[in-house]
Amino acid sequence: MKPGKTKFGDKKLEIWMGNMLRYGVLISGLFVLTGAVIYLVQHGSEKPVYQLFSGEPLRFTNLKLIIENAWRGQARSIIQLGLLLLIATPIARIIFSIVGFLMEKDYLYVIITTTVLAIIIASLLL
Amino acid sequence: MTILIFTVLLLAGAFIAGLLGSLTGLGGGFVIIPLLTIVFKVDIHYAIGTSLISVIATSSGAAAAYVKEGITNMRMGMFLELATTIGAITGAFLSTYVSPSFIAIIFGSVLIFSAITSLIKKDDPIETNHKSALAKKLRLNSSFPTKTGGQFYTVTNVGGGFFVMNIAGILSGLLGIGSGALKVIAMDNIMRIPFKVSTTTSNFMIGVTAAASAGIYLKRGYIDPGLSMPVVLGVLLGAFFGSKILVAVKSSVLRIVFALVIFLLAIEMIYNGLTHQI
Repeated sequence: MKPGKTKFGDKKLEIWMGNMLRYGVLISGLFVLTGAVIYLVQHGSEKPVYQLFSGEPLRFTNLKLIIENAWRGQARSIIQLGLLLLIATPIARIIFSIVGFLMEKDYLYVIITTTVLAIIIASLLL
Repeated sequence: MTILIFTVLLLAGAFIAGLLGSLTGLGGGFVIIPLLTIVFKVDIHYAIGTSLISVIATSSGAAAAYVKEGITNMRMGMFLELATTIGAITGAFLSTYVSPSFIAIIFGSVLIFSAITSLIKKDDPIETNHKSALAKKLRLNSSFPTKTGGQFYTVTNVGGGFFVMNIAGILSGLLGIGSGALKVIAMDNIMRIPFKVSTTTSNFMIGVTAAASAGIYLKRGYIDPGLSMPVVLGVLLGAFFGSKILVAVKSSVLRIVFALVIFLLAIEMIYNGLTHQI
C-alpha cells in the first residue's frame, strides 16, 4: 500500500493525538506567557495576597467574561484564557479519539470515549 | 516581597519541581503543593487548583512524545479513564466538605506511600498467556516497541485495575495531584502489564483525569492566574529540560534523593495538618 492511501489505523490516530497535545500545550503556554509579561509590567511592584482563601472574582471564573476581558488585553484574563486552553487540551484529545475510533469502526471504543467525554462535560455544567 | 520577586521565586521552584518530576517519573505536582503551602504560605485551596493545572501541562507535554512512539496503550488508557474521571469529580466535590487540615494529612500520607513505592525495585512482568475474557473483549492485549521489535503482552484482572483507578481518580480530584504512583500500581501490580507501558499509559490518563476536576476548581475560583502563571511555565520548562538531560543523569541516585525530599515534605504536611496550621 502507498503511504497516504493506507487504511486509517491506530498508528495514525497516535500521531494525530501526539501532535494535537503538543500544539495544545504550546498555544496555551504562549497565551500564559503573553499575559505574564503584561501582568508583571503593570503589577510587578504590588504585593501578592494569597495567605487567605477568598475565591476568585467572577471575571476569572466565568468563561464568557474571561474571553471578553482577554480580548480587551486584560493581563490576568489572558493568562486565565491560556489555562482554559490547557484544560481543554486533554478534552480535545478525547474528541479526536472519538473521531478516530469512528473511522476505525471500533464502536465499543466510540461508546467508551463518548462516555468519558460526557462525564467531563457534566463536571463543567454541574 | 513584591509580585515580581514572588513570581520569579515561584518560577524557579516550579522549574526544579518539573525537572525532578520528569527525571524521576514521579511528576511535578507532588512538590508544587508543599512548595506553595509550606514555603510560600499559600492557602491550600489555591495550591490544589494551581497544582492541577501544572499536572495537565506536564502530562500533555510528555504524552505527546510517548503516544507517537507507540508505547502507550491507548485503549487501556481510555477505558480506565472511565474510572478516573468519575473518581476525579467525586474527589473535587468531596474537597468542599473536608477540612484543609484533613486534606493536608491525607496528602502527606499519599506522599509517603508514593515515595516508598518509587524506591521499591519493581519486577517487570511480560505476561503473554493470560486468558482474561474481558481484556480480550476490550482489546486491551497489545504490544510495544523494543530494540528487537514488537513485544506482545496480555492483561489480567481488569476489574481490580478499574477499582484502584477509581480511587486514584478520587485522590487526584481531592488533592490536586496526578496520582501517577497509584495508577502505575494498578496497571503494573494488578493488571500485570509491562512497566514501560504502565508508566506512559498512566501519564496519558493524568491529563484527562485532572481536566475533569480542574473545571470544577476553576468554577469555584480556586485557580488564580497570578499563581498559576509562574507554576505552569516553570514546570513546563523544567519537564522539557529534564527530558533533554535524562540520558546524562544517574536516575537511581536522583530517585533516592527525591524520595527523601518528598518524605520530609510529607512529614511537614502531616505535622501542619495535625496542629491545624494548614
